[in-house]
Amino acid sequence: MKIKVNPARKAYVYISTVLLILLSLCMLLPLLKVVAESFSGKTYIEQNKVLFWPRGFNVEAYRRVFENPNIFVALKNSVVITVAGTMIDLFMTALMAYPLSRPEFKNKKPILMMVTLTMIFTSPMIPSYLVIKGLGLDNSMWAIILPGMISGYNFFIMRSFFAGIPGELIDAARIDGCGEFRVLWQIVIPLSKAVMATMTLFYGVSHWNALQQPLIYLRDPKKHTLQIKLYQILMEDNIPMVDVGQVELAPATVKMATIVIATVPILIVYPFLQKHFAAGATLGSVKE
Amino acid sequence: MGSLPQRRHAGPAASSEKVHSSAGLYRYWFRKGVQQIVYLPHFLSWTILGGIVITQLLSPSQGLVNLALKGMGMEPVYFMTEASMARAIVVLAGIWKDMGWGTVVYLAAMTAISPSLYESASLDGAGKFKQLLYITLPGIVPVIITLFLLRIGHFLDFGFERIWVFQNASNVSVLEIFDTYIYKAGLQQGRYSYTTAVGLFKSVVGFLLLYGGNILSRKTTGESLY
Repeated sequence: MKIKVNPARKAYVYISTVLLILLSLCMLLPLLKVVAESFSGKTYIEQNKVLFWPRGFNVEAYRRVFENPNIFVALKNSVVITVAGTMIDLFMTALMAYPLSRPEFKNKKPILMMVTLTMIFTSPMIPSYLVIKGLGLDNSMWAIILPGMISGYNFFIMRSFFAGIPGELIDAARIDGCGEFRVLWQIVIPLSKAVMATMTLFYGVSHWNALQQPLIYLRDPKKHTLQIKLYQILMEDNIPMVDVGQVELAPATVKMATIVIATVPILIVYPFLQKHFAAGATLGSVKE
Repeated sequence: MGSLPQRRHAGPAASSEKVHSSAGLYRYWFRKGVQQIVYLPHFLSWTILGGIVITQLLSPSQGLVNLALKGMGMEPVYFMTEASMARAIVVLAGIWKDMGWGTVVYLAAMTAISPSLYESASLDGAGKFKQLLYITLPGIVPVIITLFLLRIGHFLDFGFERIWVFQNASNVSVLEIFDTYIYKAGLQQGRYSYTTAVGLFKSVVGFLLLYGGNILSRKTTGESLY
C-alpha cells in the first residue's frame, strides 16, 4: 500500500534538508579553508587566492613543523598525557562505577550526593593550585592527570551502564569463586565495550584539548603541551622558523599546519567511536 | 564531559532529526552525515577554534567574512579590535562549537518518547508543529530541567579557555571574566587570598542560583535535582 505524502510535508522536508545542508557547510567550510591554506604557497595566500582548495601545493609547512624541536616536544607531551591520562581515567572511573552500581551496596546515597556536588561546583582555581603545589605536583604532568581522574558526568554514565548488567550474571560468577576484581575485569568490562569506547573518546578529547590546566601548572617550556604551543603560535604570533630554508612560507601556512596536526588525531579516532557515543551520552545523565 | 548544551528550544531543525520522522524521505546516510559534521566542532579545542575564527573568518585581509564583505563592495571590518563586537564573537563561536553536540542529548531524549504518542496524535489530526509543542517538548522537559539545574550553578563560569583565546589588548576590557581575572591576579600577580575570595563569591552565587532554580522548577514543573 503506497503511503500518500502530502505536499506540505514534502515542502517541509525539502526546506529542512536545505537548512541542514547549509548548517553542515557552515561547520565544514572554515575547516576546509584551514586545510587548504596549510598546503598553499605564500604568494597565493597573500593575494587571497586560496579559498577552499590549496593553490601552489607544497608540504613545506608540515616539514617545518615536524622538524621544529619545540613543537615536536610539545606534541610528544600531549600524546603522553592523553594516552596515560585516558587509561588512568578509564580504570579509576570503572573502579568507582562498578561497586556503586550494585544493589548490594547499601548507603550509596551519600557518596552519589558528593559526586553530584562536584558536578555543581567546580573547584576554584587558586585553592586547587595551592593544594597541588603543596602536594609537590606542581610543574609535572601528574598535576594535570590526577585531579580530574574521574569526571562526575562520565561516572554517572558508566554507573548507569553497569547497573544494566544483570545481577544473575555476577552472582553466577561469584558462586564460581570469582573475586570482585575478576568480576569487574572479566565480566563487566567486556560487556561494556560501548560505554568504554564513549568514555575513551570523552576523556581522550578532554585531555588532548586541555589548555587551562597545562597553562596553570606547567612552568617548564619543555613540558608544555601542544595546545599551549598552538596558543603561542596562533595568538601570540610566536611562529618558529618561518624564514629558514629555500621555500618562504606565509605565517598563516605554518599556523594552519599546526592546527591540522593538532586536529588530525581527533579526526582519526572520531569515526570509530562516534557510533557509540550517541547511546553513551544519554545513559545516566537523566536517570539516577 | 566538557561543556553541556545550553537550554535551547527544539525548533523545526531539531525535530527534523527525529528518528521516526523518516517516511522514506530522509536518507539514512544524509542524517548520519549531517550529524557527524555538525558534532565535529565540539571536539576541537578552544585554541583551534580561536585560531580558526580569528584567522579564517574574521581576519581583515583573509577572513571569509571580510572577503564576503569586500565582494559586496563594503570595507573590511577589523572584528578583533572592535570591543563592541567581542562578546558577540565569543558567544557565536560557542554556538558554532557546541550546537551540534547539544543535539545529541536532546535527540536521544526525543527518541525515548514513545512513537505511539505521535501516531495517535497524527490520527487525531495534529500537524507536525502541534506534535512538537504537545508531545516532544513535554517529553524532553525532564532532560532540559536536569541539564539546566546542573548548569545553573556554573552561571558565572563562562569558561577560561574560550575567553582566553579571544582576549587581546583592545577587547580585554569587555572580555574579562572571573576565571581569567583570577588567573591573572592570582597566579601571575600572586594575590592568592583576594582571588580565593573572588572564587568563593562565584561559588556562593552559583549555589544560590541552584537552590532557587531547584525550588522554582519543583514548583512549576515538578522536576527537581534533589
